[in-house]
Amino acid sequence: MSAPLLELSDVEVEFRTRDGIARVLNRVGFSLSSGSTLGIVGESGCGKSMTALTIMRLVPQPPGRIAGGIIRLDGENLLTATEARMREIRGNEVSMVFQEPMTSLNPVFSVGNQIAETVRLHQGLSKREALDRAVEMLAAVGIPVPERRIAEYPHQLSGGMRQRVMIAIGLACGPRLLIADEPTTALDVTVQAQIFDLLIDLKERTGTSIILITHDMGAIAEMAERVVVMYAGRIVEEGPVEVILGDPLHPYTRGLINCVPHLEERPSPERRPLTEIAGMVPALTALGRGCAFAPRCNHATALCREQAPPLEGGDEHRVACWLHER
Amino acid sequence: MQLTIILGRRLFYAAALIAAVVVLNFLLIRLAPGDPALTIAGEMGGATEEIIEDIRRTYGLDEPLHHQLLVYMKRMLSGDLGDSLFFNTPVMDLILARLGPTVLLVMTAMTLAVTLGSFLGVLAARNPEGLFSNLITVLSLVGYSAPVFWTGIMLLIVFSAMIPLFPLSGMYDVRLGATGLALAVDVLHHLILPAFTLGIIFLAQYSRISRASMLDVLGADYVRTARAKGLSERVVLYKHALRNAVLPVVTLAGLQFGSMLSGAVLVETVYNWPGLGQLAFESILRRDHPTILGILFFASGMVVVANLLTDLTYRIIDPRIRTGRS
Repeated sequence: MSAPLLELSDVEVEFRTRDGIARVLNRVGFSLSSGSTLGIVGESGCGKSMTALTIMRLVPQPPGRIAGGIIRLDGENLLTATEARMREIRGNEVSMVFQEPMTSLNPVFSVGNQIAETVRLHQGLSKREALDRAVEMLAAVGIPVPERRIAEYPHQLSGGMRQRVMIAIGLACGPRLLIADEPTTALDVTVQAQIFDLLIDLKERTGTSIILITHDMGAIAEMAERVVVMYAGRIVEEGPVEVILGDPLHPYTRGLINCVPHLEERPSPERRPLTEIAGMVPALTALGRGCAFAPRCNHATALCREQAPPLEGGDEHRVACWLHER
Repeated sequence: MQLTIILGRRLFYAAALIAAVVVLNFLLIRLAPGDPALTIAGEMGGATEEIIEDIRRTYGLDEPLHHQLLVYMKRMLSGDLGDSLFFNTPVMDLILARLGPTVLLVMTAMTLAVTLGSFLGVLAARNPEGLFSNLITVLSLVGYSAPVFWTGIMLLIVFSAMIPLFPLSGMYDVRLGATGLALAVDVLHHLILPAFTLGIIFLAQYSRISRASMLDVLGADYVRTARAKGLSERVVLYKHALRNAVLPVVTLAGLQFGSMLSGAVLVETVYNWPGLGQLAFESILRRDHPTILGILFFASGMVVVANLLTDLTYRIIDPRIRTGRS
């Protein structure tokens, strides 16, 4: 295996809240090799987006604080880099596509300008060259008549189009890593498929590594090579996509997979019932010493409630669960 | 092409509005106590019953009210606002001589309030819980609550009487007989206190509005996008955020132009500034009806023009209004 492009180890992020300190990321560590796609899954509030913001070092401080750990991008520790260096990296070497295409573009600037801004900033192109690049990028993300679209404003575009523009902004500087934070959640099903196809296609053409944050297991099956499952700010399971989807070990991962509704071709009166994971994600300020998932877990024992299980296993497949303690 | 249609429609409404204001003013002023014929007679130094009757006939005051209104409006169309009862000169000449100083005062105060207010608001929004933010809040409250004539007198006492930095009153020093650049400097010197007095009430509102609006915008997704592009904090704040946050400020500025004019009446009186406000104040005391009507006509015209300009500014800043949905 080649040296990893991105490597996180023991990353800790805390938020000061009214109810005390919330540890939103707890000893998060994983790595991503160059040119591969990593999926991060989990329920809302489990730390997926916070992981992304931490890599970009865009955690709002205060109330947030990166309390510890190392994030290496090609060997360079991002957590000790200067703010000026981080600004060089953001949008250039690591870029991000957000969940809400409707509100993630600035309403008062044309889409062409918003793409051109990034390349002018990072590659020092002239205004003319930058706008040419914007046209190229719009064409690359599959927007028809791009030379006319660059003059349009976000409100003139549909949600799917706007997300394509966001992807164009993200890829304009040819980054080594693209973090897509639930890029399709706000879109129609048909448009979701288009955006995933676009991401797969772009990845093949540019060789950009992708971190795909989603709760869409279908998208994970289609795109990801490795999967990280997060719960309450911790990684509970990590492994290759076939193993995670085919032979999950952690009860939470199994629960997530069981929650995916099945499309039955001939719905009969006795349809398969929808499953859910009972209970809710616990408040991060009220985590006890035990496994955070124990209150919702059918297999929980006294040990689970007393002591949090470590994330263990080989390089290939790791799980944090006492059931699989070897 | 679309713009000319919109502009044409706006101008038509504006004309209709001004006509309605003229009619209303004309009728209102006749409801006020005081017989203009007696006023004129008073200026002449006492009179008998016959002389007053004679005055009524000469000035058409014996005609029915609607007839007087029609005559007044007909003359107005040819730019004749009648003669001042006090000065015996055409009202139009009186007003034109005073218009410049008032426009200078109001525009300076407005520019001061809008730019300084927005700037302070942005600074306060960067650290909304900080000392500076609270200081601005307190100063805003004081500036807003203090009556403009009181602020004016206090500033005069402090900065003219106790510390003679600025002249006491007037627009320029007649003894200097300055011309050209020297005159401009002299006028500027005289302008500072009145403009500040008039601006400070509005400054308070702009700083509050822009603080609130900026706080709102700083939480927006597109500000996060701007940061994720690697833009510097300055560009994020003053380009991406401010352009959006300034919209409510522009609205407020347009709406408040009228209050600014009425504020000018008091400020001009306190500082003996030779503008329309001072003329209005004196004409009211003298029951100089034609002059009052003329000033009201000009004031409403200025408010209508200000609103027209606000609309146009809005179209420049916000593309959603300029282009509409397509």
